[in-house]
Amino acid sequence: MAKKSVIPYGPQHPVLPEPIHLDLVVEDEKVVEAIPSIGFIHRGLESLVDKRDFNQMTYVAERTCGICSFQHGMGYCEAVEHIFGVEIPERAKFLRTIWAELGRMHSHLLWLGLLADGFGFENLFYQCWRIREKILDMQEMTSGGRLIFSVNTIGGVLKDIPADMLRTILSTIDEVEAELKTVQKTFLNDYTVQTRLKGVGVLTQDQAHDLGCAGPFGRASGINTDMRKLGYAAYPYIDFEPIISSDGDSYARCECRIGELFQSMDILRQAIAKIPNETDLATPVKGNPNGEYFMRVEQPRGEAVYYVKANGKPYVERLRIRTPTFANLPGLCEMLKNTELADIGLLILTIDPCISCTER
Amino acid sequence: MSVMNFAPEALKNLFKKPVTTGYPFVPAEYPERSRGHIEISIDDCISCGMCVRCCPCGTLSVDRIKGTWTIDRYDCIACGYCVTKCPKKCLFMKQGYQEPGAEKASVTYTKSPEVLAAEAKKREEAAAKAAAAKAAKAAAAAEKN
Amino acid sequence: MAEVIHPEEILEEIAASDLLKKVMEKKKEGYRLSQICAALIDGKYELSYSFADDVSYQYITYRLVIETDVEIPSITEIIPQALFYENEMKELFGVKVKMISLDYKNKLYRIRQETPFGPKEA
Repeated sequence: MAKKSVIPYGPQHPVLPEPIHLDLVVEDEKVVEAIPSIGFIHRGLESLVDKRDFNQMTYVAERTCGICSFQHGMGYCEAVEHIFGVEIPERAKFLRTIWAELGRMHSHLLWLGLLADGFGFENLFYQCWRIREKILDMQEMTSGGRLIFSVNTIGGVLKDIPADMLRTILSTIDEVEAELKTVQKTFLNDYTVQTRLKGVGVLTQDQAHDLGCAGPFGRASGINTDMRKLGYAAYPYIDFEPIISSDGDSYARCECRIGELFQSMDILRQAIAKIPNETDLATPVKGNPNGEYFMRVEQPRGEAVYYVKANGKPYVERLRIRTPTFANLPGLCEMLKNTELADIGLLILTIDPCISCTER
Repeated sequence: MSVMNFAPEALKNLFKKPVTTGYPFVPAEYPERSRGHIEISIDDCISCGMCVRCCPCGTLSVDRIKGTWTIDRYDCIACGYCVTKCPKKCLFMKQGYQEPGAEKASVTYTKSPEVLAAEAKKREEAAAKAAAAKAAKAAAAAEKN
Repeated sequence: MAEVIHPEEILEEIAASDLLKKVMEKKKEGYRLSQICAALIDGKYELSYSFADDVSYQYITYRLVIETDVEIPSITEIIPQALFYENEMKELFGVKVKMISLDYKNKLYRIRQETPFGPKEA
């Protein structure tokens, strides 16, 4: 029986993109237990509802996170629209879908790059971020912001994407697809990558279900769930199936996210083909919201829950954002048990942690 | 499973032109819609204060009498909400970002003297009209008694 | 056109004493805990325990309305992953939760003010 010792890990660590702190209980090189602690960057965004009215909160909600910014704004807007009971124009629904999928693509490419950096493949890391740059350019061209779009409003969207921009998006995703295929080959077939990823950090389906894992992290363990099936925005008009894997190891998580990248391109193509021609982009809402609603949105990192409770005043009574990383933290701790200390950095990356949106 | 999957791509990258640009020697290109910073055509402004009320971060202030519009660019998040709310459409987003600085500072725009004079005249006329109406009302009340 | 699964959401108000029983039932039915949320409304706590089903996408929320001095039992014995949610509502709102399996003792969020969202002292 080896002696147990505790190693503090993070919040500042070369491989961690986000400030999460873990106390690792180790026996020799094996991790026995991991106790996470967060809370370094709590900003109290949820308490801003006392000072900002429900329209201004759209912009606050959007700034919860820099990566899934659009989806945060969309989730909040959809929740308030449900309370108002307004139906947004069809074209606005499709535009939201297009922006959401562009956001998902850039988030997954960012994650792939970080993963490559995590296992020490610098070249691949640069390649992924180089591809991502094209998506960012699309986002800047259509919305005016590279990451924070500010195009959502209660009742629709503020900006239209004209036909020539849609054509540019289509030609760009063709280029991205070609480049992604070379990256995919390396991620999925390369010997060095496979030895780092296969069989590392296994989370079985039962464990993942018991711990309430969400998003690609849960889907890699075989949980067949995707909130896009709930049919918000224009997803009812689009054919897609959740991408799942049953291995539950780091390799499966990588496989799932690469699969979702190709799926996002497919959804973008479908959405651009089906987008109706309308000039109306937003349904105006009257008065103040009154009621409550739980809105679930599939973000790049998983299921996010927006709870809005309003009481007929311009200031919403309670806004609660449950981000996917918050749900994935217990899964992370379970997965870290019985792993090598050297793999910890990589394993934390595989849940795609976003701590600043976890703490809001 | 295979080895050296990325080698051809890495070799190709060695001989390709870099994808990065030589900023700041080569100026950055912004797309047409880029939300850089807010500009105002101050003479069209009616000092209604709509932008002040709708700003999510409270960075704007308007003085109706002096005819000024002040923005703290270091607080502004460039969301563009004031631009959509402005009733006279005198606010607009321009390309190019706020440059960094050592200290926070606000910028004040003042209306041109002609516009200010015209507004002051209008206000005086309105005040005179109101005073006249008040006097007439008082006279009518006195007559009744 | 893809199939849309959007079951009606269920919101049920329950008493604090029924909480553990209801949570146990849902766990046996194969639901996963989606979130726990606290809100301070008119001087009372409103706690929402939401459960989601991954197959039918059914969403069920149990609502507890309690006075601010009432102690509620922790559900971490049944669902271990609830500990982050319970610590969060304990720290931000000051909800009295007893017997959490891992109590962070106000150190989950490193903030200076205690219970910033909780009731304001008159």
